[in-house]
Amino acid sequence: MNAVMAIIRRDLLLAMRRKSEVLTALFFFIIVVSLFPLGIGPETALLRKIAPGILWVAALLATMLGLARLFAPDHADGTLEQMVLAPAPLGLLVTGKIIAHWITTGLPLVLLAPVLGIQFDLDTGALGILVVALLLGTPLLSLIGAIGAALTLGLRGGGVLLSLLVLPLYVPALIFGAGAVEAHISGLGAGGHLSLLAALLALAVFFAPWATTAALRIALE
Amino acid sequence: MLTATALSCVRGERRLFAGLDLAVGPGEWLHVQGENGAGKTSLLRILAGLSPAAEGEVFWQGEPIKVLAEGYRRQLLFLGHHGAVKEELTPLENLTLAAQLDGTALEEMAALKALARFGLRGREDLNVRFLSAGQKRRVLLARLAVRKATLWILDEPFTALDVKAVEMLSGLIVEHVTNGGIAILTSHQAIPLPNGKVLKVGT
Repeated sequence: MNAVMAIIRRDLLLAMRRKSEVLTALFFFIIVVSLFPLGIGPETALLRKIAPGILWVAALLATMLGLARLFAPDHADGTLEQMVLAPAPLGLLVTGKIIAHWITTGLPLVLLAPVLGIQFDLDTGALGILVVALLLGTPLLSLIGAIGAALTLGLRGGGVLLSLLVLPLYVPALIFGAGAVEAHISGLGAGGHLSLLAALLALAVFFAPWATTAALRIALE
Repeated sequence: MLTATALSCVRGERRLFAGLDLAVGPGEWLHVQGENGAGKTSLLRILAGLSPAAEGEVFWQGEPIKVLAEGYRRQLLFLGHHGAVKEELTPLENLTLAAQLDGTALEEMAALKALARFGLRGREDLNVRFLSAGQKRRVLLARLAVRKATLWILDEPFTALDVKAVEMLSGLIVEHVTNGGIAILTSHQAIPLPNGKVLKVGT
């Protein structure tokens, strides 16, 4: 457990020292989301309708931005080898890295979303559902993204391949995440969507670190 | 005791070596020699358990390392070509985080002492990015002084080190070996250390 905490602490420390990487994704999210109300104009009914989809698509793309750098620096400087050779199981250490990735990219998106949602005239209830959906969905994005990042590790032009590999896998998160907010707005209740999102998250927590570890071992051979 | 029987290694289409046997016991060190591309690094990676051998098996205390897994990794310290040193962190942070990753708590005093031993006094809180290549290697070698491992596998440990650092590292290896440790290393230079065995790869 100590080793996992060490990995999380190290990655957070590194993120603090390389602020630009974290801030780029964050500003990307803010700007992309803000462009839509400016482009469409003050049609509140339309804005309210498209808000969940836009916020979620922007969150997906913002997560994608930093994904290629999840394992690449560790691979390049030999840290990954040391992680494989550490006494703690690689799966645990990888989980630590994924948690750190979520804290630096997913969590800021969750915290910013309600502020950005106001631009789309969403009411308090809808904003609350949006936050809950993102809270369940962004860890899912980090977990699935880690598999893709590990699979494309060390490949030339891996960035584009990573998008092609990971974005289709993000579709369920997008459908249920954006669907939750839409269902709430239309009065159907978001419970069903949120439950499915939580189920996907539980599945990914179990499966993704294992798959990522297997992919990393192949990349290192 | 580290033994290996009938190891062979295939890289791409090329067979680097085949039928390679070795045995290194406590208090001994092994100097792996060979031309560039002979398969020295590949051999060390196989011995460390990082890549599988095409044929053959590696044993630690008579048990295959694949079976021992964690038990073997606890005894092993592997330093590869790459630094495994983070440029954005300070030498002190690098050292303490590496120790935590190994599952051992390292007190700040012990870490500072190890860094001072390798001539990094006064640079503990400077980002590694601002250090020279040789100093980066020294940060890495300070790990040898703090990590308690029986088996050291070092790939080109003398690269980029100056005369004084080479002496310090040699001293560290002698100390480790006389205390019953095992060291396996590659180097193109002759290493004047006692109790050494030589293994030529790719001939």
